[in-house]
Amino acid sequence: MAFVSSGYDPDKPMENRISDIGPRKYDEFYPPVIAKNKGKWLYHEVLKPGVLVHVAEGGDEVYTVRCGGARLMSTTHIREICDIAEKHCDGHLRFTTRNNIEFMVDSKDKVEPLVQDLESRKFDGGSFKFPVGGTGTSITNIVHTQGWIHCHTPASDASGTVKATMDEVFEDFKQHRMPAKLRISMACCLNMCGAVHCSDIAILGYHRKPPMLDHEYLDKMCEIPLAIASCPTAAIRPAKVEWKGEKVNSVAVKNERCMFCGNCYTMCPSMPLSDKEGDGIVLMVGGKVSNRISAPMFSKVVVAFQPNDTPRWPETTEAIKKIIEVYAAEANKYERLGEWAERIGWERFFEKCELPFTHHLIDDFRDPAYYTWRQSTLFKF
Amino acid sequence: MAKHATPLLDQLESGPWPSFVSDMKQQAEVRAKNAENIEFQIPQDVVEDLLGILELSFADGTTHWKHGGIVGVFGYGGGVIGRYCDQPDNFPGVAHFHTMRVAQPGAKFYKTDYLRQLCDLWDFRGSGITNMHGSTGDIILLGTTTPQLEEIFYELTHNMNQDLGGSGSNLRTPADCIGMARCEYACYDTNALCYHLTQEYQDELHRPAFPYKFKFKFDGCPNGCVASIARADMSFIGTWKDNIKIDQEAVQAYIGGEFAPNANDHNGRDWGPFDIQKEVIDLCPTDCMWMEGNQLKIEDKECTRCMHCINVMPRALKIGDDRGLSILVGAKAPILDGAQMGSLLVPFVKAEDPYDEIKEVIEAIWDWWMEEGKNRERLGELMKRQGFQKLLKVTGIEPTAHHVQEPRTNPYIFWNEDEVEGGWDRDIDEYRKHHQR
Repeated sequence: MAFVSSGYDPDKPMENRISDIGPRKYDEFYPPVIAKNKGKWLYHEVLKPGVLVHVAEGGDEVYTVRCGGARLMSTTHIREICDIAEKHCDGHLRFTTRNNIEFMVDSKDKVEPLVQDLESRKFDGGSFKFPVGGTGTSITNIVHTQGWIHCHTPASDASGTVKATMDEVFEDFKQHRMPAKLRISMACCLNMCGAVHCSDIAILGYHRKPPMLDHEYLDKMCEIPLAIASCPTAAIRPAKVEWKGEKVNSVAVKNERCMFCGNCYTMCPSMPLSDKEGDGIVLMVGGKVSNRISAPMFSKVVVAFQPNDTPRWPETTEAIKKIIEVYAAEANKYERLGEWAERIGWERFFEKCELPFTHHLIDDFRDPAYYTWRQSTLFKF
Repeated sequence: MAKHATPLLDQLESGPWPSFVSDMKQQAEVRAKNAENIEFQIPQDVVEDLLGILELSFADGTTHWKHGGIVGVFGYGGGVIGRYCDQPDNFPGVAHFHTMRVAQPGAKFYKTDYLRQLCDLWDFRGSGITNMHGSTGDIILLGTTTPQLEEIFYELTHNMNQDLGGSGSNLRTPADCIGMARCEYACYDTNALCYHLTQEYQDELHRPAFPYKFKFKFDGCPNGCVASIARADMSFIGTWKDNIKIDQEAVQAYIGGEFAPNANDHNGRDWGPFDIQKEVIDLCPTDCMWMEGNQLKIEDKECTRCMHCINVMPRALKIGDDRGLSILVGAKAPILDGAQMGSLLVPFVKAEDPYDEIKEVIEAIWDWWMEEGKNRERLGELMKRQGFQKLLKVTGIEPTAHHVQEPRTNPYIFWNEDEVEGGWDRDIDEYRKHHQR
């Protein structure tokens, strides 16, 4: 494994340096039918789950075949995507915000061969490589974070929970059965790189044990004032601690004030808080980002904790399935999960979804808490 | 024979959904075989060690990645996230396993020659494992060693005309919806505005000078497909000011069942025949639609542009022609002070190159936030701490009723002295002449 230089000279880092050039420009990569008809699209239609047609003013059409995929992806897999795009789409493709892959063709007769090709490809382990679906009122791909594959603060895994969940809802990825869009998201800690707080169903990793204190190294590895300032509940204070016969500068944590956000650990590596028993899943439901019919809404916590039961998180996927089935059976056409829960009342939601209501689900975090308590006599028995 | 046994991960190979475990295994095999005779610049068995360490996390329920380290490329303060594993002896291939964020093209359109070039580079100098894409939008190259960082950057910029994305306390790589490229609802060219601002603010993107992260996201219409209102410090959402355009013949085609409602999105079960009264008119949140004979009428002045009727009947109803965007500011995920949605700051602005009006708002906000924001304080938190009035003041935007859901429910107004006749300096002796002690 001999080092091969790219041409970069570490002794002269500024020589021929190119910087601040940004991404490649979007229109370099438009397929011709997109470049030609940009801004002139008249309407679209979903022909079947996973297949869309957009029709332009002059009569041009673009057919899009959408397929799911894991966002954790190897170059081998990307090369296969390229093979498909070159075979069917003159080398063009795109990815969606929700980690789906879209292949576009400019005539209807090219659709079926493309769909068949995609559906025929499987991994050695047996799973589909490119399942077609994820449009309309299907349950589309899950947006998610890194988890145990690459992150230092996760309270759960991301790719694993997503695979387990998508396996369970797979039929609904491939059919239009829901009353409205149903968006599932996963974030492996409350930093929420995936911003799951406005999703119909959010799977969230959460810690439940306060940080451990690595007194021997804390003052050497961390800026103690930054660690103290990082705590949103002021649970951390400076402390002189007796450690192996020596007085060291460190911190003390008032455990009963800790809300397990992990922000201190982000600022100070000597305060780790992950733990097999402590860490697990919070389920939140009823959020949305669209302004359609009602304003965007935050997701609400409906299950306070489930363990990280690897590799398939059965408690989590079972609860999600139950919520989806009740919603699918009872919501009105066009009604998002959160709109349905508000219409029937949250007390009914818990009853129908057979979820226990515990004190953990009553907000006690600052101002927003009060606005979530019931200030009326309008409730259902 | 795999380097590490992965009995837990192996259970994620079954089931229909694409298995990331199967994909990683095929990658490990491809590297082991090395049919192309690549002179790998990082350990050949990196993916096997990645599988091994992930298996360990599945067994013991905790992560094995250490806190970041300060690594990067010369002159940039972002784009590279240092990563080291905490079991380097058992998994030497991933002892150093840094992430590089590569700025993605608008709406994530690609040509395969570009992707193949990127794959070649990443097989040669990295693990060959990626995220397509990260949550913010970048192409994520997952796992390389420190000596490779400058080499990769050099090859990206010299051979691929491609830059890194943002990380840390800077402008994060902006992201956009597909917009006018393939959507009839787009009220402005999201790809163009996203690209323009990304290029304009390259310095802010690469060199951290902010209190914390800052995100731009561009949604072409109020449907919000990139979720800007939930996750962008500045969210640009397309809208229009004039009337929804109605094709009455097409309305009749929907009523007659000739066109499927909602672009055929609900075709997986029998919802009965389309009922325009029940499915459109009664669901209109402002009650501004009705039928007059066989004509659909809309009181456009009362419309709040929620998109429902247009979504249900895209062939009959079209967005208006006086188009632009609304700017909402301050959205963020829960950490620390609870989640925040974007708050409306600019109800309407035209989105036309060179976008000077938009840039004025951006720069006024940055000046304020960089001056007043505390370490790791997001814009939304500063807005809560100093008030919406302050935001209006620093941006020079006149308050209107559009800015609030409802007026305040308390009278604790922080009056300015110059707003009160006669000012605040009063003579106590004069007062006592009329009011005994």
